[in-house]
Amino acid sequence: MQPARQPIEDLDEESAAWVRRLGAGGGERQAAERELYARLVRIALAEVRRRSGGTPVTGPELDDVAHQAAGDAMLAILAKLGDFRGESRFITWAYRFVILEVSGKLGRHYWRNPPVALDAGQWERLPDRLGIDPARHAESAGILAEVRRVVDDELTVHQRRVFVAIVVDGIPLDALAAELGLRRNAIYKVIFDTRRKIRRALVANGYLEEPGLEQR
Amino acid sequence: MRELGRLERFLRTDPRDVGCDEALAVLHIYVDLVAAGEDAAGRYPGVAAHLLACGPCGEDFAGLLLAVTSG
Repeated sequence: MQPARQPIEDLDEESAAWVRRLGAGGGERQAAERELYARLVRIALAEVRRRSGGTPVTGPELDDVAHQAAGDAMLAILAKLGDFRGESRFITWAYRFVILEVSGKLGRHYWRNPPVALDAGQWERLPDRLGIDPARHAESAGILAEVRRVVDDELTVHQRRVFVAIVVDGIPLDALAAELGLRRNAIYKVIFDTRRKIRRALVANGYLEEPGLEQR
Repeated sequence: MRELGRLERFLRTDPRDVGCDEALAVLHIYVDLVAAGEDAAGRYPGVAAHLLACGPCGEDFAGLLLAVTSG
């Protein structure tokens, strides 16, 4: 159940002012919307630059993503203004929309110029991704074979496709979610369950020594 | 076996992990607690566990925290 919305007089001063101004009419509301939008654009631009090292999106397209994210976040904030319950500062609640918009849009834009195609299956890169150096670990061949066996024998077609895309090919999780039309959580759950299966197999075969934190 | 640290970290799952949907639903509350120097992880252990394990949600957390603390 959602907690009840705090009365405006119980909010911190800044949050109360935002709620009051955005709920007002005429010029006061328009001024508040302009101010909030300017802040969202600034935050979005900073965020896409902060993430620029982890996305193939570059240059003007990155700025386009930021402006689109700010615009969509602004629409969502205005549409959901009544959902703000004062559990955080208003501006934190509002900035959450723009940060999540940036994530989603970078995931979708990934496919305009993807460095790796979906279903590439670059298994030769798995040792590097898992931090296993075959030259240093005598067990590495066995570990990699066991990981491959679990993926081939114990996963469904969908689970295998997700694992290969995320772990083997290094496709960003949000990009895969966008391509498959799934929520981020659905992809995360597949990877979570696969991690448990692989760990159990490696423990059963003596490659890892303890079960870890994984019971759920 | 110590040299298999990255593999072990990748395979380690935390039963308190609440997943992306629950973590993102309270991300603004969590971030405000962190920004205020309060014990966010103590109040939301399942969210803390998730943010450590999920790269995208961890990025969202880092971005939102930076946004609210950078003025």
